[in-house]
Amino acid sequence: MGKVSKKLKSPPFHIAKRGETTWYYGIIVRAVAILSALIISGIFITVVTGKNPLIVYTTMFDGVFGHIDRVWDMLHKTAILLGISLAVTPAFKMRFWNIGAEGQVLIGGLATVMVMLFLGDKMPLPLLILVMTCASVIAGIIWAFVPAFFKAMWNTNETLFTLMMNYVAIQLVAWFLKFFVKSGSGVLTPMHEYGLPVLFGNEQLLNIIIVVVVTVALYIYLKYSKQGYEISVVGESENTAKYIGINVKKVIIRTLIISGAICGLMGLLLVGGSTHTINTEVVGGRGFTAIMVSWLAKFHPIYMILTAFLIVFLEMGASQLNMVIGISSSISDIMTGIILFFIIGCEFFLRYKIVRTKRSKEEVK
Amino acid sequence: MAHEIALECRGITKTFGSVIANNNCNLDVRKGEILAILGENGSGKTTLMNMVAGIYFPDEGEIVINGEKAVISSPKDAFKYKIGMIHQHFKLVNVFSAVENIALGIKDKKGYNLSRVNKKVVEITQRYGFIIDPEKRICDMSVSEKQTVEILKVLYRGADILILDEPTAVLTPQEIENLFGILRRMREDGKSIIIITHKMHEVLSISDRVAVLRKGEHIATVNTAETNEAELTEMMMGKKVDLNIRRSEPLNPVNRLEVSGITSTDEEGRKILDDISFTARSGEILGIAGIAGSGQRELLEAIAGLHKLNSGEIVYYTPETNAPENLRDKTPIQIRDLGVRLSFVPEDRLGMGLVGNMDIIDNIMLRSYSKGRSVFLKRSEPKNLAEQIIDELEVVTPSANTPIRQLSGGNVQKVLVGREIAASPSVLMAAYPVRGLDVNSSYTIYNLLNQQKENGVAVIFVGEDLDVLIELCDRILVINSGKVTGIVDGRTASKDEIGLLMTKSVQPEENLKETEA
Repeated sequence: MGKVSKKLKSPPFHIAKRGETTWYYGIIVRAVAILSALIISGIFITVVTGKNPLIVYTTMFDGVFGHIDRVWDMLHKTAILLGISLAVTPAFKMRFWNIGAEGQVLIGGLATVMVMLFLGDKMPLPLLILVMTCASVIAGIIWAFVPAFFKAMWNTNETLFTLMMNYVAIQLVAWFLKFFVKSGSGVLTPMHEYGLPVLFGNEQLLNIIIVVVVTVALYIYLKYSKQGYEISVVGESENTAKYIGINVKKVIIRTLIISGAICGLMGLLLVGGSTHTINTEVVGGRGFTAIMVSWLAKFHPIYMILTAFLIVFLEMGASQLNMVIGISSSISDIMTGIILFFIIGCEFFLRYKIVRTKRSKEEVK
Repeated sequence: MAHEIALECRGITKTFGSVIANNNCNLDVRKGEILAILGENGSGKTTLMNMVAGIYFPDEGEIVINGEKAVISSPKDAFKYKIGMIHQHFKLVNVFSAVENIALGIKDKKGYNLSRVNKKVVEITQRYGFIIDPEKRICDMSVSEKQTVEILKVLYRGADILILDEPTAVLTPQEIENLFGILRRMREDGKSIIIITHKMHEVLSISDRVAVLRKGEHIATVNTAETNEAELTEMMMGKKVDLNIRRSEPLNPVNRLEVSGITSTDEEGRKILDDISFTARSGEILGIAGIAGSGQRELLEAIAGLHKLNSGEIVYYTPETNAPENLRDKTPIQIRDLGVRLSFVPEDRLGMGLVGNMDIIDNIMLRSYSKGRSVFLKRSEPKNLAEQIIDELEVVTPSANTPIRQLSGGNVQKVLVGREIAASPSVLMAAYPVRGLDVNSSYTIYNLLNQQKENGVAVIFVGEDLDVLIELCDRILVINSGKVTGIVDGRTASKDEIGLLMTKSVQPEENLKETEA
């Protein structure tokens, strides 16, 4: 006993659960988190590179908003990332960890390119676009359906399965480029003549509009449709779903078909509406970044606009930094890391608070 | 009086967000006594004891042990002060033996030596009269044996103050008697025992003193010998309550559900349900009694179309036409499509009956959302129903849009039962519908079940409190290890009789005769 009493000292703080919070509290906490993240990143950049952080931030801002072309570019990049994030969202809401968006988009793009290459000169453009759309969506669906089917039937691990499907898609693209590019260079010349229509002379506009439509549609689907409700129930509790008679297998497969279809569509937009050619890097890791975008927005399609923008802003800002003041673009990865750390970390303050332990009088003396 | 105080709580306050779990609680436990802590659910019994055991840290107040102020900020600290808590949910490693579990995590200078631990465990079991095989693995043990291991664990670590959180909730009457015998021997040995419970008769039979908590506040500590059930109830509830369940005579009972010879096995081929047959009649409450995990859950799930059967039949008689309908191997949807109005309040409320993260309206909608051809949800009807349930069953909630996990256990259950009854069932199955509920909510549920019975519904009620089963049910089916060991009349059966049936070994014939005699 004597040993214990020597160390007699209450901890100065302890953690307590926070009750209901007001809506503005959430906004303040998150704003403070992002602000602190920017400050910390600024200090970090100054210490490492010796540049003035204010210049760094203005350069980044300039890289995104400095010219009307950059703004369009930013909107387009945000749209594509947002589209892929929307695609993974229904699956994630169902707690189906689909990390195969990369492959599903890529295979959709491959289908588009193949239609362009083999059928481009054989039919009128409107029909070609229709065939391209069908082909890309179906390809995306197949890539998502296979793991979903195995999950539903034999409860295989969807994370590994969808990941592996990515490699299959990448290798298929590599094989396609090797065997069907006649020059043998492995680089497919862009086929601008077979692309999606250009609205008002702006190449990016159609893609952006389509993604906006998909965003609204998916929001309504998840929130107001019976199928969206079923997705939530299956995701929250499979037992509850079975109890009320939802066919869980059917919901898993159906949801992944939607997921895959949107991915395939994004492949079409990316290839048919933007690059007009394909390589294994065309998706560029956005299939994985999308997971983060979706998650940060807590699977809410409208909030995802903000999170997708945040990621694109950092990325474009960093490449501007690289160009203008010669800071390595990995700085953006570091900044993304710091910001994510703060955003995720601030959740703690939304749920808990730190309370000073009140001490009794004798202890204080 | 020269009572030596072992543990004293002075002015303990603990809040969780805006909820005050404990407010200025003062409590003391003497050496060599059994103190019962009595209170409704949510009255702060467990929170208070968790602070003594180092799981939470109090916001205010202090804990004094043997006259010295103590700071307990972890369970490890608690052990330094010789305090040990036996939680409701056991924390044991399933594949380890009892001794291995006891030895686990003990750091002393003598190193890891199982035979030494074993010797000491045997010594403790002999001193207090535990019946246990220290070499047996946890996964082969009954609930009561697992509890014994938990008690041994804290005794092995030298606890002088033992806290038991609702230790009798999972035990049969015979096992409870056995446990109480052990507790009494510990008391004679000079240990201080705190037992958290809300069962009145247990308080009266085991404790020396009773501390009553209500809404986080310590109301009073009284000597058990000088009080009675009515007084304690009044202190606990803050008002006088009538704790009698009325039981009406069944009105024109007809067979509604005939279960015959249903059998099922788990993945390893062990029988979960073993040739179970019974009939549920309309206008009658059929109770199902048994030790936890005897197949009650699977039995109800089999009827609801959620548990696969190897053999047997489940026949439902439609109320209007009396036409038989075989429910075996049908999915819940198929059963519903047949027009069978079967409602089911499952044991796992938030994991099966409801979705915790959804609000009340969306949870109410679970049963009805698929109706109609529209691809979109219609939230207006569920909204009205939700408001009606909130109103009629007095559900305490900020609004119908509140996520259900934020409600207290009793209110969660009211929403679930309310939804199931709103489907106007002809068969209503409820598994442990009052588990974890306070007295008021429990009686609300009993009344709802009784109303359904009077409306001609065949009610199947799986319960654990034998007193309630006997008071509420017309007939009681007792099962053990997936077999029916008896069907008794609720009006004439005794607790001991049911208790014996619950533990009756399934094979030997002589046991059967014994209970009949």
